[in-house]
Amino acid sequence: MAIVYEKSKGLTDTPFHYCPGCTHGIIHKLVAESLVELGVLGEAIGVAPVGCSVLAYEYFNCDMQEAAHGRAPAVATGIKRVHPDKVVFAYQGDGDLASIGTAEVVHAAHRGEKITTIFVNNAIYGMTGGQMAPTTLVGQRSTTSPFGRDEAHCGKPIRIAEMLATIDGAKFVERVAVNSPANVRKAKKAIKRAFECQLAGKGFAIVEVLSTCPTNWGFTPVKALEWLKDNMIPYYPLGNFRDFEEEK
Amino acid sequence: MAKVLMKGNEAVGAAAIKAGCRYFFGYPITPSSEIPEYMAKAMPEVGGVFLQAESEIAAINMVYGAGGAGARVMTASSSPGISLKQEGITYCAGAEVPCVIVNMMRGGPGLGSIQPGQADYYQSTRGGGNGDYRTLCYAPASIQEIVDYVMLAFDKADYYRNPVLVIADGMIGQMMEAVEFKDREKIELPPKDWATTGTGGKRKPNKVNSLYLQAEQLEIHNKRLQQKYKEMEENEVLYEAYGLEDAEVVCVAYGTTSRIVKSAMKLAEEKGIKTGIIRPITVWPFPYDVFKEIGPKAKGILAVEMSGGQIVDDVKIGIEGRLPVYFNGTTGGMVPTPGSILASIEKIAGGTK
Amino acid sequence: MEEKVIMAGFGGQGVMAIGRLLAYAGMIENKHVTWLPSYGPEMRGGTANCAVVVSDEPIGSPLISKDGTAAIVLNLPSLLKFEKEIIPGGKIIINKSLIDAEPSREDIDAYYVPANELAMELGNSKIANMVMLGAYLELTKIVKIDSVLDAFVKVFGEDKAHLIPINKEALLKGAEAVKTYV
Repeated sequence: MAIVYEKSKGLTDTPFHYCPGCTHGIIHKLVAESLVELGVLGEAIGVAPVGCSVLAYEYFNCDMQEAAHGRAPAVATGIKRVHPDKVVFAYQGDGDLASIGTAEVVHAAHRGEKITTIFVNNAIYGMTGGQMAPTTLVGQRSTTSPFGRDEAHCGKPIRIAEMLATIDGAKFVERVAVNSPANVRKAKKAIKRAFECQLAGKGFAIVEVLSTCPTNWGFTPVKALEWLKDNMIPYYPLGNFRDFEEEK
Repeated sequence: MAKVLMKGNEAVGAAAIKAGCRYFFGYPITPSSEIPEYMAKAMPEVGGVFLQAESEIAAINMVYGAGGAGARVMTASSSPGISLKQEGITYCAGAEVPCVIVNMMRGGPGLGSIQPGQADYYQSTRGGGNGDYRTLCYAPASIQEIVDYVMLAFDKADYYRNPVLVIADGMIGQMMEAVEFKDREKIELPPKDWATTGTGGKRKPNKVNSLYLQAEQLEIHNKRLQQKYKEMEENEVLYEAYGLEDAEVVCVAYGTTSRIVKSAMKLAEEKGIKTGIIRPITVWPFPYDVFKEIGPKAKGILAVEMSGGQIVDDVKIGIEGRLPVYFNGTTGGMVPTPGSILASIEKIAGGTK
Repeated sequence: MEEKVIMAGFGGQGVMAIGRLLAYAGMIENKHVTWLPSYGPEMRGGTANCAVVVSDEPIGSPLISKDGTAAIVLNLPSLLKFEKEIIPGGKIIINKSLIDAEPSREDIDAYYVPANELAMELGNSKIANMVMLGAYLELTKIVKIDSVLDAFVKVFGEDKAHLIPINKEALLKGAEAVKTYV
């Protein structure tokens, strides 16, 4: 029988714990495939965050460190400075990177740390049960914005990719989504390129991945994908904000 | 090697490099800024890395990353900065990442002062972060001891796979004394086959982690940690003690205050009062057993610390209620004088309270 | 024998430097030494001071608190602040060029040295601190002038070695200035 599909060797056999319809699984796969295709899985050292993907260290088939909440870019910095020839990546959610860990990610970018950051933005705190994130959309309900996010009360959602693209040390910045097969393919391309940025020794690279949280959004998986397309993409436009080939 | 005159803070840096530390992550704060300043100059000369982090929090997490990746790594700060590092220290303890953390203590609480203090004793000996963990903690009293114990700290950190603290105060950090970098006895250290160095496709992934979602597994992990801490308690206690057998008053002090106590003890001797001293060199594990050597002439114990009396708890544990424990301390960055300590010694020797 | 000396003056007068030289010289002579600076905001502008202990025995407290054996004061605020820290019978060496006052205490020995004028005679006002140190060494003999000169390059670096002759002259001038008291 012909094999038509194989799980990436970049992932372990540990079953994912993610909720049905959650797109973390897709993003894990894209990261793992990129590492394998670039031939650097054995050189890779990953940093897992605190949040839904806290157990990422169980899933990626490479050396992993589990970081404190928001501190993954600092931990990755420490690793990369010790092993400048290895491929170091941080995998972070939006509570982790865009809230408690803004200082760490801004300064890792600012130093031009040669690390790759995968930033999963699903507009909510998933693991703790659906609280408001800095990325939660205006009007979006969460357990800590039960009447919908009120701009007058807590501001508008933060656009990380745009912000980091203003920093010189960030050499690759792109926002992608994983809501459709076409967008998944684009996401894969961006993630791979973010690793290539590191391999080329250019500087900090980040891919913001718009993701879904059917459980805490209260939608079916399909409806969640639609909600992402209709609500998130208009506020968080997809595209490349910085590419290292531009600089010559 | 010949003796050199060195500031305490510079000696921290020089000793670390001598011990093979090649990574330093820090953030400036008075009175320990000479440590990152020294490292900024010295690390590039030995092919090491000095990196000024954006915060103390980032610095300790860089330490976690580098230590987890198998390197000898250090950070240093002073009291408020060390408070910020507590999260990282408990992660290092939980994930068993070896590292050395130096605290040149200053007056507190809060922003406190920049003058010397010893009020981080609870934080250092009880664990300032969450969870059941312990850190070996050296309290050097001279620049020579800074050199000796900073170097030893790296070996012990690697041996136990545990963070090790070295606490001194702003005065020792700023003071200059003669030091000698002696050759050390090599201790056998296990290979760091647990570190994140990349699998190279040749082994199973290594994980540096402090998360155990299954309660049973976390308990197993904790029991193993407790076993390790017990081993430290059995093997790592260091202290200096003398005069205990026929002392009327036994003083207990560490670091800077132990030196002032020794000056006061000379004054007491001139007045015909016999005194002894217990000077913990490790404040954790604390030298409880040496209190058994105190002779029958002792009328009381005098604890001296630049704090509100944090060390008193350990002194009371050590003396097991056999003698009254008195305290003479200063806070806020004030330093006790030999005269004031002498007055306390005289009171205790005279039997008045 | 134990000498506990406070050196104090304006920032820039070189009091920290002569303190380090004395400590280093003591170390060269195999004595126990400590050098303790004031630090923090008070060292920016204002008065700078350091405490040096040179002893044949291991040193207990490196602090000087009412138990100094001597003070070297280069400006008036230092005289006012530190005369209190000396034991009865202790010495205070006063930079007469900048201090037109006497100690308020009568139980300490005061020595007046026109350090800036003497330094200018050597063509360099910056070495007034060395003149003061020379006077102190003459009065206490705690370390040899040669040890201080040996310490010079250790403290200031090899590239300052050419300054040794003029600094030696400054030390000798300071010593000469207090010989009349002896």
